[in-house]
Amino acid sequence: MGQATLVEISCAQPTGDARYASLPGAGWCIILQMSSTARSEVLADSSWKQRQSEVVAALQGVLPREAILSRLEDTAPFECDGLTAYRVVPMVIVLPQTESQVAAVLKLCHELRIPIVARGAGTGLSGGATPHPAGVILSLAKFNRILQVDPASCTASVQCGVRNLAISEAAAPYGLYYAPDPSSQIACTIGGNVAENSGGVHCLKYGLTLHNVLRVRGFMVDGEAVEFGSQALDAPGLDLLSIIVGSEGMLAVTTEVTVKLIPKPLLARCIMASFGDIESAGAAVASVIAHGIIPAGLEMMDKAMTAAVEAFVHADYDLQAAAILLCESDGTPEEVEEEIERMEQVLRAAGASRFEVSRDEAQRLKFWSGRKNAFPASGGISPDYMCMDSTIPRKCIAEMLREIQQMEIKYQLRCVNVFHACDGNLHPLILFDADDADQMRRCELFGADILETSVRLGGTVTGEHGVGLEKLNSMCVQFSAAERAQFTAVKQAFDPLELLNPGKVIPTLHRCAEYGKMHVRRGMLPFPELPRF
Amino acid sequence: MDAEDLSLVHLLDQVNGARADRAALQIRGGNTKHFYGEAAVGAPLDTAALSGITSYEPTELVVTARAGTRLAELEAALEEKGQCLAFEPPRFAADGTVGGMVAAGLSGPARASAGSVRDHVLGMTVLTGRGEVLTFGGQVTKNVAGYDVSRLMVGSLGILGLICEVSLKILPISVATATLRFEWDEDHALKQLKDWARHPLPIGASAWHCGELHVRLSGARAAVSAACAKLGGERIEAAPAKRWWSAIRDQSDEFFLLGEAAASRGESLWRLSVPAISGPLELPGKQLIEWNGAQRWLRTAAEPELIREAAARASGHATLMRSADKSPGVFSPLSEVLMRVHQRLKEAFDPDRIFNPGRLYVGL
Repeated sequence: MGQATLVEISCAQPTGDARYASLPGAGWCIILQMSSTARSEVLADSSWKQRQSEVVAALQGVLPREAILSRLEDTAPFECDGLTAYRVVPMVIVLPQTESQVAAVLKLCHELRIPIVARGAGTGLSGGATPHPAGVILSLAKFNRILQVDPASCTASVQCGVRNLAISEAAAPYGLYYAPDPSSQIACTIGGNVAENSGGVHCLKYGLTLHNVLRVRGFMVDGEAVEFGSQALDAPGLDLLSIIVGSEGMLAVTTEVTVKLIPKPLLARCIMASFGDIESAGAAVASVIAHGIIPAGLEMMDKAMTAAVEAFVHADYDLQAAAILLCESDGTPEEVEEEIERMEQVLRAAGASRFEVSRDEAQRLKFWSGRKNAFPASGGISPDYMCMDSTIPRKCIAEMLREIQQMEIKYQLRCVNVFHACDGNLHPLILFDADDADQMRRCELFGADILETSVRLGGTVTGEHGVGLEKLNSMCVQFSAAERAQFTAVKQAFDPLELLNPGKVIPTLHRCAEYGKMHVRRGMLPFPELPRF
Repeated sequence: MDAEDLSLVHLLDQVNGARADRAALQIRGGNTKHFYGEAAVGAPLDTAALSGITSYEPTELVVTARAGTRLAELEAALEEKGQCLAFEPPRFAADGTVGGMVAAGLSGPARASAGSVRDHVLGMTVLTGRGEVLTFGGQVTKNVAGYDVSRLMVGSLGILGLICEVSLKILPISVATATLRFEWDEDHALKQLKDWARHPLPIGASAWHCGELHVRLSGARAAVSAACAKLGGERIEAAPAKRWWSAIRDQSDEFFLLGEAAASRGESLWRLSVPAISGPLELPGKQLIEWNGAQRWLRTAAEPELIREAAARASGHATLMRSADKSPGVFSPLSEVLMRVHQRLKEAFDPDRIFNPGRLYVGL
């Protein structure tokens, strides 16, 4: 998202307004869309400043002075993550360099009841690393060493702050790579990937982060060292690794990760196929799967998205097509040849109007260039965009696109669409101008409508970006009060005082009550006996 | 899953009754894995009434089935559409159920290449010890809304609640397969497997036993035939190969069954889970090695401490799969911090401790 308008401030108690998330702690509430006046108000708040100096003084007992940041010019870069519309002035940032420093910071914060928000590269899109106004940001940026790449066991052990792509680069000399490839892989860290259970383009065939991580080492909230998973394929007891991965930094702090490496496919080729209408493109996706093919990647772009990326990368995309599919096969040359032939038959039978198979690596990358640049290209045609991330059953793709077209009329905003069609994961990009408060409001409603429609179609409100702060309201739609209470019980089993990244992922009852007054869950109206008008 | 469902209401009554009486319940599907885990105690809570495939759409690569559905019924329905459970869960007897498969969390020969039961679970409806019917996850491959509670249930041996319904990712049956046999000793077989793992070969499963390594290739036709040519060995006919792998998968091969003679010799069946690259473990007894070296079955009368120490030295763990005497503990002991999390999770899902108490760890 581009620079959001900085419009609003309140440090009052939660009002029920969807933009305030009440948080446990010292009575501060989270501040969204902070203005410069808001920032100065916070800084002028004497109780906040006093708490800040107490916390800094305490931290100086366990960390060198240069590892603690509290001046506004130093903390400003930490006010938000990739969800830039939501900003909070962080009280203190700590940058530990050793595991024993991490343990000491956690132990101290636990004793003083200070909330902790662990942070990697800050590229997350759902506000998972948005600061807590009364908390400490635990930046793990200095944990950036690759500890071991072991070609014999096809594993790598790396510190949490190592970038996703750096793992594959370190493994490349051995013909190996780390499979999950979120589009931010050049910048995002493996610790953040573990927190979000990040995906990417190749998930159907190669799995998510969970499927490619063997072991996570780190610390419990009170600073006690802990290890989840093992170097073997499983570990005794409950499968805690499953619940740590994707827990958005709320259950434990990750400092070291052992990942699986797999042999790099000898060859990859990509088919680009055009379709005259979105129904036949949607049906083509289902047909590929129905024929027993698991593509390495299968992506879809709609006409508006294609036009935007063509203007950006000039890759000779078919501008007449209602939708374009990119369908990739990888493996040995024999496998790829056989699979491409099967894919071609299926896509032609499904009514592809234009059809091209990449001849060489240069052309394959050209096919992908537009898809990989979908987000920046959208930034080129609109001042701001909001990226959604729901997943729906594949069979509903065309229906969803039709619904989004209706929403464009309803909310008077444009939306361009790029889908990981392979697993039904949608990234509609709603285009808006954040300088226009009414557009911002309509954009939020549009986004909520997409998420609720996704749940109604049998899907989920987030496929790979996480809930963070952004999708708290949508969690009220997808989960019942009892289910959300069970999430809280799980959280408390790891973190009884709820100090790790509090206020994220699990909405409060109050928030859902406000948001859910007229919302429909799983086809059931609340209080169905009441008349509705 | 509909909370008004009559079979569910009946189960809920039993759960609430047990909570009121502070009585234990042992969750039971087909009762085919009674031997697994610590001793089962309490009145049986049968899932048989929760039966049937709820939804199956082959093009979505997802099937949803209720806990008491026979695994055989599910697999037959998938096979009809050319699909399968890629993790090849063991079928100890004909009555095994979907719920039991997930609660036990055991995977078969393809695990090293295709992933585990846990990797294929997408969503679940659970009846908790608080008497609540809760749904986590969903029917789609990519889903990160909330903690991944459904995968936490996999392999939990029922201690957190009753699995009512499960959605599983399914995959197409491989276009081609071939089984190759090599006469190699343990050391050589492990070295070869380690070397092959670094190359893009379609190795779907491997098993070494008594000087013979069997390797199953699966994938595209061209890839399988190219790999056959590259690896060499003796090719086994399709029908006997299929029977051979089933006996490994279902642990019906005589190696896995502790007959009376073996029991009288004081033998137990151990499962050692270690990094695949570990060399020979040099333990007394008979061995069968799967998962390219990562799963080692051992039939032995050796002291449990000796086995657990060997597994720990290799950075792995050891499970007492079958034994007349489970006093050494079925599963490797947990660190203090992990046991504390286990206890708190038990409390979070089943505060009255009615479900399968002690089945995973004594006292849990």
